[in-house]
Amino acid sequence: MVARETSPLKQTPLHALHLARGAKMVPFAGYDMPVQYTAGVLKEHLHTRSNVGLFDVSHMGQLVLKAKSGKVGDAALALERLVPQDIVGIAPGRQRYAQFTNDDGGLLDDLMVANFGDHLFLVVNAACKAEDEAHLRAHLSEACEIVPLADRALIALQGPKAESALAKLCPDVSSMKFMDAGPRRVADIDCFVSRSGYTGEDGFEISVPADKAEALVTALLDNPDVLPIGLGARDSLRLEAGLCLYGHDIDTTTTPVEGALEWSVQKVRRSGGARAGGFPGADKILGQFAQGAARRRVGLKPDGRAPVREGAMLFADPTSTEPIGKVTSGGFGPSLNAPVAMGYLPTSLSALDTTVFAEVRGQRLPLKVAATPFVPNTYKR
Amino acid sequence: MTTLYTSDHEWLRIEGDVATIGITDYAQSQLGDVVFVELPKVGRSLKKAEAAAVVESVKAASDVYAPITGDVVEVNEALAAEPALVNSDAGGKAWFFKLKIADKSELGGLMDEAAYAAHTA
Repeated sequence: MVARETSPLKQTPLHALHLARGAKMVPFAGYDMPVQYTAGVLKEHLHTRSNVGLFDVSHMGQLVLKAKSGKVGDAALALERLVPQDIVGIAPGRQRYAQFTNDDGGLLDDLMVANFGDHLFLVVNAACKAEDEAHLRAHLSEACEIVPLADRALIALQGPKAESALAKLCPDVSSMKFMDAGPRRVADIDCFVSRSGYTGEDGFEISVPADKAEALVTALLDNPDVLPIGLGARDSLRLEAGLCLYGHDIDTTTTPVEGALEWSVQKVRRSGGARAGGFPGADKILGQFAQGAARRRVGLKPDGRAPVREGAMLFADPTSTEPIGKVTSGGFGPSLNAPVAMGYLPTSLSALDTTVFAEVRGQRLPLKVAATPFVPNTYKR
Repeated sequence: MTTLYTSDHEWLRIEGDVATIGITDYAQSQLGDVVFVELPKVGRSLKKAEAAAVVESVKAASDVYAPITGDVVEVNEALAAEPALVNSDAGGKAWFFKLKIADKSELGGLMDEAAYAAHTA
């Protein structure tokens, strides 16, 4: 087992609550995090799809990007120098998915960007947050103030009853639509609330001052519909929803086109758009928009019951010796009651229903290229 | 009938020259919800410590090792059809496979119930 006492793991403001709830803790991105509670991954996953799951994602990075001019549009224009998304076009009170690109068109991280009226609010991955902050400072310091919000926790409330659970503490959330975001008072606490998440379910993400986090979570967990959910089910939920895990399904070697994230690059930043290019790796990425990429991220459904996990090599047929691709995420989908995976294949072999073979324990197991999400999402648009 | 244990959290029930093998309740509690089990083929000759079966939870795959040397004489097809039996009845209905014991002296290196209880305490 992990020798926690010898590693300087950080704790979120909800650490004591996790222990009191019987969580099994594991190291994740430098934090001591709950991988599951007493219910276990399977029940936690299914509970989120049928009721409400509460996730502590306080390890993620929260940052404010504020233009020195005081105009949010200037912060948006500045951020567009680092991401291929339309940031200027994010209306006040709205949020959008984005990626930091590198000069090769690869991805340094993926993030959420919200327009809070006079500044932008960013949520980045835990493992990348120090590098992301340095990246922002290196490129945007002249135009913007970059303020990490280290004293805030982040909670996700996900599932079909998330709205009714949160509305008990903040009636106003019922009028929010998918990707609406902004300050809200929840249980008399000043929070930032967005209608978004990482499970494919309707739900909310709530940024709360660290010293109020336990009170808020305790109030939410007083509702019998709400169960705390660990990182184990978070991973199986996002996999069924076909959502990328940074560092696995996308990384510095994969472009938005290879990663099948074209939908996240708005037309205004593509060739012919009013603000085309102007982000790191634009030539490569816009070139792939025009000519296509050699490989592509796809959903994969194993034919049998055996999970095909991250790292499994993919082959065109049962006997070929040269791999054609690799599984980047894979496991068992509790809602599908079947194994599911994602990986990269040559674009020529990425059409739906194409059969490929994964090598698992010396055997070649057939998988079919499948549409994602594997489980339909239930966002409130 | 004697039940013996390995430090890798397998149990063996010895009846004559056949050992029935499964994983312990402690092992299933550590694995979590089991969603897939792969069993060896009947007739396969297993050497002691060789990977014999696979048990997978939602999150991870784990090997089950042959605790002793022997030929596989029977496997639990019901377990392959219903892997969750590992969680509900690890020490009973969720047996994995039966081995014809090749060398009874190998049993001497295994733990009895009291020793295993101390091992997992």
